[in-house]
Amino acid sequence: MPDLGLDVLFKGKNMIRLLGGLWVAVKISLISVAISIPLGILLGIVMTSKNPIIKAVTRVYLEFIRIMPQLVLLFIVFFGSTSAFGINISGELASVIVFTVWGTAEMGDLVRGALISIPKHQYESSAALALTPAKTYIYVIIPQTVRRLIPLSINLITRMIKTTSLILMIGVVEVLKVAQQIIEANRMSSPNAAFGVYLTVLLMYFIICWPISMLAKRLEKKWG
Amino acid sequence: MKRLKVTTIIALALAAVLGLASCGASQPSGDASSDTDKTTAVYRTIDEIKDSGEINIGVFSDKHPFGYVDENSEYQGYDVYLARRIGEDLGVKVNFVSTEAANRIEYLKTGKVDIILANFTVTPERAEEVDFALPYMQVSLGVVSPESKPVTSLDEWNPDDEMIVISGTTAETYLTQNYPDIKLQKYDTYANAKSALENGSAAAWANDNTEVIAYSLSTTGYTVGIPSLGSEDTIAPAVSKGNESVLNWLNDEITALGEEEFFHKDYEETLADTYGLDYEEELVIEGGVPAE
Repeated sequence: MPDLGLDVLFKGKNMIRLLGGLWVAVKISLISVAISIPLGILLGIVMTSKNPIIKAVTRVYLEFIRIMPQLVLLFIVFFGSTSAFGINISGELASVIVFTVWGTAEMGDLVRGALISIPKHQYESSAALALTPAKTYIYVIIPQTVRRLIPLSINLITRMIKTTSLILMIGVVEVLKVAQQIIEANRMSSPNAAFGVYLTVLLMYFIICWPISMLAKRLEKKWG
Repeated sequence: MKRLKVTTIIALALAAVLGLASCGASQPSGDASSDTDKTTAVYRTIDEIKDSGEINIGVFSDKHPFGYVDENSEYQGYDVYLARRIGEDLGVKVNFVSTEAANRIEYLKTGKVDIILANFTVTPERAEEVDFALPYMQVSLGVVSPESKPVTSLDEWNPDDEMIVISGTTAETYLTQNYPDIKLQKYDTYANAKSALENGSAAAWANDNTEVIAYSLSTTGYTVGIPSLGSEDTIAPAVSKGNESVLNWLNDEITALGEEEFFHKDYEETLADTYGLDYEEELVIEGGVPAE
């Protein structure tokens, strides 16, 4: 077996540090997911509006977030808030804000797509049954939409978890940064550690994302 | 028509929630900056730092042996050793902030740290954006070659020999400008350059002197024939542009530390394991005055 330098993981508190870094990444992404999914669903409904002003505003928001690399958004929120408004926010809060704003936009577009894919006759049949617009959404449209949304939103959630690797650029020490710290601190004593440590990080991301995928599969089966 | 109403109501609600969220964000959660008045400067003076009892110092957390985190989650290294001493002499607690090469200037421009001690090389471009204090280290280029055939000078270069460089480094620029007759073998990565030298495909390898010194010490059979070549670059602490208060304090501190040979002690504690004691005088600047 080749030397993967895995021994560095068992030096001192290294393994605990790596798990602590993983928790930082998972915490930030889960908080953002928890906020952005409900907001995204509302945004998606809003985006189907025929009002040109609402349409234009949501369109601009979505395109702005989609075009901007997440790293730029992180820099704008973390450093920009201080230089423009003198507000000093922590790296963690800046990350949650960026991930929520990004998640809401992407989720909104997914919901919009799912909603307009519901055939028009569903709305018309509901109207014929004398359902109010609100009831039409609650009992007819949303249940069908949710089913179509599951695979798409799971994709978004796992993407958000993986994108937390960028927050090290605004000073948040998450799992990837801890991995780099461990590798560099042992650069002389275990030059091969990079492979073993990154492999461990890969496994950690997998362990987090895999159950989410499995859950989605089960939900799809149950509701499909 | 009714559907339009539903979406309008949700749109308003959404706007309200996002508005609230941004208000929530504007509550100062950080503790560092006491002034929220945007018309005043972003940085803190030395008295404000002392009063707050804490100083924020930006360091590298993954650049062994200058700034790194050891297996017990403790910041260590040459830069960190100085940072701890600064905290001690100010009588305040040091908050280490993990910075990257690409965001060091932004941290100072926004006052999110008071001092950057992250192996920061002084350049004229950077000096327009931040203020550098007196230097505490110097680096230049170095040339490593096999012990059996050491290269100690570039002046009598054999025209058949080639020199290894890594593309895009200062070594490449320097040699192209100053020694256009030396044939260069260019590699993209450190690993490729290293194996080229070990395979004997060139006479020597030019790179940052810290890199070649560390290489020669960890690999038997190679020696640094030329430990400093080209212009010396200095490494210094940096503060926000215009922060005279902290800058003057730092300059006095570095001068005073020179009297007790502080940076030599720092070198021996943190860098000697990597660079050996032979190169101490090449790398250390004591009291802010580079040696001739």
